[in-house]
Amino acid sequence: MKTFYWLLKREYWEHRGGLLWAPVITGAVFLVLNLMAIITAEVLGSRHGFQVGGNDFRMMIEHADAGDLAHLGSAVDVAMLSSMTLIGMVMGLVVLFYCLGSLFDDRRDRSVLFWKSLPVSNTSTVLSKVVSAAVIAPVIAVFVSIICGVIQLVIYAVVLSLHGVNIWQLLTLAHPFRVIGSLLSAVPLYTLWALPAVGWLMFCSAWSRSKPFLWALAVPVVVGLMVSWFGIMGLFNLPTAWFWTHVVQRVLLSVFPGSSIVFSDHNLSTMSDMDSSDPLSVLSPGHTYGLLATPNLWIGVAAGAALIAAAVWFRRVRDDS
Amino acid sequence: MNAVVTATGLTKRYKNTLALDDVSFRIESGRIVGLIGPNGAGKTTALKAILGLTDFRGELNVLGFDPRTQRDRLMEQVCFIADVAVLPRWIRVREAVDFVANVHPRFNRAKCEAFLARTKLTPDQRVKQMSKGMIVQLHLALVMAIDARLLVLDEPTLGLDILYRKQFYQSLLEDYFDENKTIIVTTHQVEEIEHILTDLMFIRDGKLVLDTDMDAVGERFAEVMVSPDKAEAARQLKPLDERQVFGKCIFLFDGADRAVLEGMGEVRRPTVSDLFVATMKGTYA
Repeated sequence: MKTFYWLLKREYWEHRGGLLWAPVITGAVFLVLNLMAIITAEVLGSRHGFQVGGNDFRMMIEHADAGDLAHLGSAVDVAMLSSMTLIGMVMGLVVLFYCLGSLFDDRRDRSVLFWKSLPVSNTSTVLSKVVSAAVIAPVIAVFVSIICGVIQLVIYAVVLSLHGVNIWQLLTLAHPFRVIGSLLSAVPLYTLWALPAVGWLMFCSAWSRSKPFLWALAVPVVVGLMVSWFGIMGLFNLPTAWFWTHVVQRVLLSVFPGSSIVFSDHNLSTMSDMDSSDPLSVLSPGHTYGLLATPNLWIGVAAGAALIAAAVWFRRVRDDS
Repeated sequence: MNAVVTATGLTKRYKNTLALDDVSFRIESGRIVGLIGPNGAGKTTALKAILGLTDFRGELNVLGFDPRTQRDRLMEQVCFIADVAVLPRWIRVREAVDFVANVHPRFNRAKCEAFLARTKLTPDQRVKQMSKGMIVQLHLALVMAIDARLLVLDEPTLGLDILYRKQFYQSLLEDYFDENKTIIVTTHQVEEIEHILTDLMFIRDGKLVLDTDMDAVGERFAEVMVSPDKAEAARQLKPLDERQVFGKCIFLFDGADRAVLEGMGEVRRPTVSDLFVATMKGTYA
């Protein structure tokens, strides 16, 4: 256990830039852009005598009925979540390249000889990298997003209060804790959903003698083209697109948080009967955890585990350093 | 004495070359073994097999473990320094010490820090900011603080200046080596390790061509400086090698009668490098 903790720490030391600073900087840039937009709006507003919030806004709240207020609350929730989309995309890229390099870079610079001279099994080494990619990276991203969201909420609150809007009324309309809860609850699901992609990318990293990125990309795409060309999926009574969405996308794009909502059939089909006034429900655990009932998720987890096992094996036998 | 490494019929084939060809040997505890051979002779392959870094055919027992399947447990007892620059470039001195201290059960932190205190390394320094010599100092500090039974050195001083090289071997002998430890070292700078070796192994084209201890080298091999008039008589005795220096002939004999040789000229114990050159004649031809 102690060894595993230090292996995780080692991964964090090596990839502090991607795991921590990439989301932090993304969040900071996002906040700065927001602030600039607000300032621009304020300046333009005062110059043209046009009120963004102000008395009109306060009057709007006072005259709003319950439904309108709910909409307003959701808008604040979405604003709070908006930083997560950007940070999530950056994190997806970080995880993608982290996995591709995880078992390849140290072979290329031969430092694998140093790591292998320590009494650490290949299995723990590989698993520490899986955990870094599928757990540590999203946990850090989520925490940064939460902090970012809270700061953004504070910024909006301050700006609106300058226009005479009651902050507390606005905050009671929003659901910051529900947003935080939804984000946190997304981490375990992300871990499971991303596993086939993490497994495939790490398998390529452990297996390839050069250019793991090219292999990781080319193999599924070429296979996908062949499948499309020869209409192989027809043999299983499935449309050709099935292969692309269930194999190619799963092994390459599942590292992007939220991809489960975009790709999964389950979510797309249930999206329609969702309450459009409550955008948070897309992220609510009650909704996202429905994924646990789909074979898509569990077959992916099994494939990911098999690929990770293969990566452990190749970690042992590849001796090109 | 107990064996640290026992190899029987060790064979390793890469795609089109035979790196190790049915090699068998035994290394006892408390020895310093020089594994010496020309480039591409199979030295590194042999070391990698011992360290569990490569697959092979045949049998190999290192401290009672099979390195292929029990590498992680074996590495509690074995340390390894490859030719410089295998420490990851991003790591800091502090991180390297912390990491090894926490994953290696036989690491002595105080010893490592004492050794580092004698160098110019600072805790926050990264490997990429270090010279080759400093990287080796760091690696040596890490390794010397580990109470291992076998230390494997593969070209450890490659590319270092003479100050670092001397210091490297001096530290090993003074602060590390004792009768419970065994060192296997490969290098091309044979002269520098000649005086510290207790055993000598020559490897050529994947085969062991010489496996002996240093005392036996002195008994078995002899170098005689002969004046030109006696050279023909010396050639009759089938020398391994012959070279001319200052108008005299120097012959290298394997197992020749000492008394006869002394009748021909001054008899010396050959240096390892002369012996190596004579043994490896025609390797690259």
